[in-house]
Amino acid sequence: MMLDARRRFLSALFVAACGLSVVLALVPLGLILFFVIGSGVQALNLEFFTALPKPVGEPGGGMLNAFVGTLILTGLASLMAIPAGVLSGIYMSEYAGTRLATATRFAADTLNGVPSIVIGIFAYGIAVLPFRQFSALAGGLALGIMMVPIIARTTEEMLLLVPAAMREGALALGATRARAVFTVIVPAALPGIVTGAVLALARIAGETAPLLFTSFNNRFFSTDLRQPISSVTVQVFTYAISPYEDWRRQAWAGALVLVSFVLACSVLARLVTARIQRGWA
Amino acid sequence: MRRELGFRLVIGAFAVLVVGLVVAIGVELSRQSWLSIARFGLAFWLDRTWDPVAGEFGALPFIWGTLYSSGLALLLATPVALGIAVFISDLCPAWLRGPLVFFTELLAAIPSIVYGLWGIFVLVPAVRQFEIAMPELLRRLPLFSGPPLGVGMLAAALILAVMIVPFTSSVAREVLKTVPMAQREAAYALGATRFEAIRSAIFFARTGIVGAVMLGFGRALGETMAVTMVIGNNPQISPSLFAPQYTMAAVIANEFTEATDDLYLHALIEIGLVLFLITLIVNSASRLLIWAMGRTARPAARRVELGAAA
Repeated sequence: MMLDARRRFLSALFVAACGLSVVLALVPLGLILFFVIGSGVQALNLEFFTALPKPVGEPGGGMLNAFVGTLILTGLASLMAIPAGVLSGIYMSEYAGTRLATATRFAADTLNGVPSIVIGIFAYGIAVLPFRQFSALAGGLALGIMMVPIIARTTEEMLLLVPAAMREGALALGATRARAVFTVIVPAALPGIVTGAVLALARIAGETAPLLFTSFNNRFFSTDLRQPISSVTVQVFTYAISPYEDWRRQAWAGALVLVSFVLACSVLARLVTARIQRGWA
Repeated sequence: MRRELGFRLVIGAFAVLVVGLVVAIGVELSRQSWLSIARFGLAFWLDRTWDPVAGEFGALPFIWGTLYSSGLALLLATPVALGIAVFISDLCPAWLRGPLVFFTELLAAIPSIVYGLWGIFVLVPAVRQFEIAMPELLRRLPLFSGPPLGVGMLAAALILAVMIVPFTSSVAREVLKTVPMAQREAAYALGATRFEAIRSAIFFARTGIVGAVMLGFGRALGETMAVTMVIGNNPQISPSLFAPQYTMAAVIANEFTEATDDLYLHALIEIGLVLFLITLIVNSASRLLIWAMGRTARPAARRVELGAAA
């Protein structure tokens, strides 16, 4: 009986420790959200979204150039990564089991684990160095490379969820493989694929490291793809390590905008995923 | 048949592109760092002096800083991550599962730069208070030596730990899910307590769990912005948690645009190349373990082990 009590106690202790772990992880999350929202809301105003940065030392101004820059960078990245990611995802699911499909899956997972700063060096080497010029294009390329594996893997997974009967039905009606894929299978998996793209977008919109030496930064308003361009993340970084109170205030506002965007994407993705799971169940 | 082949070739080209990207990164980084590789050879990684102005490039402090901070983060994050995985997969009521998964994954979705900003203005001052409050007796230990600056190894390890928890816990949760239910049921049937039954499941899933932990390690090694902002960026090798140090990713982020001559640039890219190779190895090993786990856990693939529950 003594031994039994000890075992029960140990078990209770274990359950409590697991519960405590959850609390330990949620406390920093709560603290981060608390400070980002608390400090960010105070700094947020219309000017922040509509004005350009003021000259150094002058308070006020906003980050309009950075918002436009991030929009352009993520747009460029999506333009490059969505076709490449979706098509390679289709290959992995359609030709699953082939050597190329296995290699692609492995490469996508590897690429997903490559530190973003390394991707930045790569983009610097192929898109900045040859032209001796930081550019929006180079930044878009770096972000695009980061997006590809995420989109490829979610596309693959979503396609594999489509019931086999749908494919068989299309093929039985005499459709070619391409026609079956593009008119039946991909449309059926579309909500999931779009969700994957949204999550990938949320992830790269918050990236800083690969932009530091590709798109660099720009205090001025620019939409020229061959010129350095500002982004919200790099701007937040610059402001965060600056000695000016007003810049730090704006850094918190930028962080709040980033977190809100990520949060919105996550909630959206979760809603869609829940629907997909209900749909196929 | 021709049309089938055309379709396969077109989408196959994009699959090849993904594989090609990984290869291209390796090739490009080697190509852009040859000056440094040729000049210093292995000494680059054994020399502890980093003085770009004098043309001295020793990368040992960065290797040390990266491994030390990631190792500490792993130490802090692993128990918490596994606890969360077990709690979500085995212990918590069904209605709580969804929200908990959502919130832990949110931790992974918060951008690194936001962690860094929070680190500078909230975590670092808190760490400084903690360092000041440290009793004099303990301060004499090498582990806690040096002035209480706030920025340094401790702040970096803490922020890294928070950042890798969601990665390790979500993979560990998936791995625990693949353990056949019969494993736990058998343990319960033999009179095991909850802890003993779950322990048997964890034991069954040990390969995959090691994989999950390594995946977190891989994340920590390459993490850049948040670490750069709190570690203090001082290329020194110190066992002290209070000392400002430097990591491979951080030195690239800080000095890349300041690299005035080709040798300096190539030295930084060589650090990037090695970071790439290390994360490649760690991630591949981790995937391999998780994959191996998936194979063994297939029902009826092997007899259920009860030994661990007894």
